[in-house]
Amino acid sequence: MQLAVNIAVLAAIYALISCGYVLIYRVSRVLSLAHGELMMLGAYGLAATASLFSGHPLVAIGASVVLAFAVGIAVYAALMWRMTGESVLAAVLATIALGILLRGAMVLVFGTQTQYPLQNLGWTNASIALGSSARISAAGLALVVATATVYGGLFLFLRATRWGIRMRAAGQNPLLAAQRGIRLHAIYALAWGLATLTGGMAGMLIACDAGIESTLVTIGLKAFPAALVGGLDSLLGALIGSLIVASAEVLLIHFVDPLLSDVVPFFVLLAMLAVRPWGLFGTREELDRV
Amino acid sequence: MSEPRASGYFRTTYARDAALLDTRAQKIWLAILCVVLATLPFVAGPFLLDLANQVLLTSIGAIALMLLTGYAGQISLGHAGLLAAGAFTTGILVKEFGAPFWVTFPASAATGAAIGLVFGLPSLRLRGLYLAVSTLALHFMVIHAGQEYETRRGFSTGVVIDSPLQDPRAWYFVLLAVAVATILFSLNLLRSKTGRAWRAIHAREAVAEALGIDVRRAKLSAFVVSCAMTSIAGCLFAYYRGFVSAEAFSLFVTIQYVATVIVGGIGSILGALLGTVFVVLFPYGIEALMHTLGLAERLSSVVFAINYAAFGLAMILFLIFEPQGLVGIWRRVQAWFLLWPFKQRRLGR
Repeated sequence: MQLAVNIAVLAAIYALISCGYVLIYRVSRVLSLAHGELMMLGAYGLAATASLFSGHPLVAIGASVVLAFAVGIAVYAALMWRMTGESVLAAVLATIALGILLRGAMVLVFGTQTQYPLQNLGWTNASIALGSSARISAAGLALVVATATVYGGLFLFLRATRWGIRMRAAGQNPLLAAQRGIRLHAIYALAWGLATLTGGMAGMLIACDAGIESTLVTIGLKAFPAALVGGLDSLLGALIGSLIVASAEVLLIHFVDPLLSDVVPFFVLLAMLAVRPWGLFGTREELDRV
Repeated sequence: MSEPRASGYFRTTYARDAALLDTRAQKIWLAILCVVLATLPFVAGPFLLDLANQVLLTSIGAIALMLLTGYAGQISLGHAGLLAAGAFTTGILVKEFGAPFWVTFPASAATGAAIGLVFGLPSLRLRGLYLAVSTLALHFMVIHAGQEYETRRGFSTGVVIDSPLQDPRAWYFVLLAVAVATILFSLNLLRSKTGRAWRAIHAREAVAEALGIDVRRAKLSAFVVSCAMTSIAGCLFAYYRGFVSAEAFSLFVTIQYVATVIVGGIGSILGALLGTVFVVLFPYGIEALMHTLGLAERLSSVVFAINYAAFGLAMILFLIFEPQGLVGIWRRVQAWFLLWPFKQRRLGR
């Protein structure tokens, strides 16, 4: 029972992070390897707003979410728009460089000590009993709820709203979309904003559970296999991929060796790449093949 | 990208076209370079000598990556893993069997080649992004295997190796010899059939295949050669530091190697060398800058963070403003002098 709860929480973490990879990839065909760092930046944003608006936790959370969105837009406006139309490699390398830049800058601004934004908010991370044999932390529960909400919201947004449909159009065929008067730069910026927002939320919630540490970046990177297993251009795939990767990881750690935790997602990734490189739900043409 | 030449320069035979050194000026400059390199260890202090050794050591891996990424067009984000593979092969052989240098060196190369074959297999089916990701996954696996060895055998902080060479001056000549051998090997390979096949698959795989090039073979050979060379660099690294630890081969090391290719300029051995010098000297440059600004005392605890931030910024600036890298700048400077007093201006700007 406890194992199932652990899997659910880890899957929620991976799903919340990997939908950022999927959003950016689906819309602009760019893989953002700075996602882990942007996630961490979101967590630091929460820590900062929590001490700024001390006493008003809801205001602080709202402000940090808006901040994360703005950071995503800023990243696109400052850097990534120059990479539109460049080779895939150049864009990926730009995100790697951005990641290093952010990692250094965050240490400079926020220091190296582990921070606990939950304390700044004035809340405690209670442990809630589920049935007789399992427990879940309040932050863990919040993670599962947030993931469900985000995915529900994204599905609605992409299916039913005008901007969501524009976004899908831009992802399917940028040239046609541009000719129909869709502003590609605005769409790409929105994708970056949303991706950073969801990633930042994941960062904040993990930080509430375990504090902000440098391992957050590794978690961000480990969520990438989840996105790829499901198919890089499918949100549903990201959800299911997260479940697969999370269960593989939790079960192997529990039954085989705790040291495996960092490599299991990549094992799953390699297996998937060997068998079905476009992922479970990805489009086959997506793959850049001869 | 061709090198700019003075007017009146014509190549009239194929032999001349393939020659490594063809103008007198090149020969003269090479002779001067040889003299400088030979006298350097007797003039330089221990600090400069260590820097030179680091440049030479890094250049081997950088050239290897340049062959793979710059010429054959295959992306690899697993180069730190390969260095680790070479270093750990050496460490394990020395620690477990007391193997001498002449055993560990070929063993590392063989490990590298074997891993290269494994790294290369996904490239037969995958391209671009997916290939980069699979090499990234392999990086994590090699590092994990290294960590596993460390914990199993109780070397939790790393494996200590007794180096047969202690004198930095002797090290300089060994590293110089290996680096020069690497450069000559690569240049020779690039003007051979294999090298031309690599460039062809870089440009367009379908066309290369239509021209009768065995694409699978070319890709795999690129991976095997590059990985074996990097692994040798890892072996030398292990001896040079006298110490092997999985922590030394983080993802940042991979990024540094990729940066040598980007900053140096894709598709040029000279670029790999320039990029290496840039990447190795960069942190020292930052430190020197902080000293002159008088900030070194105050910021001493966050030096690594400043390094990271500045390094990322430098990479971004190169990607945006100088995609051809240092070698592009160098060629423009050359062209400027050759054309002087005239100027070359691109039309349509």
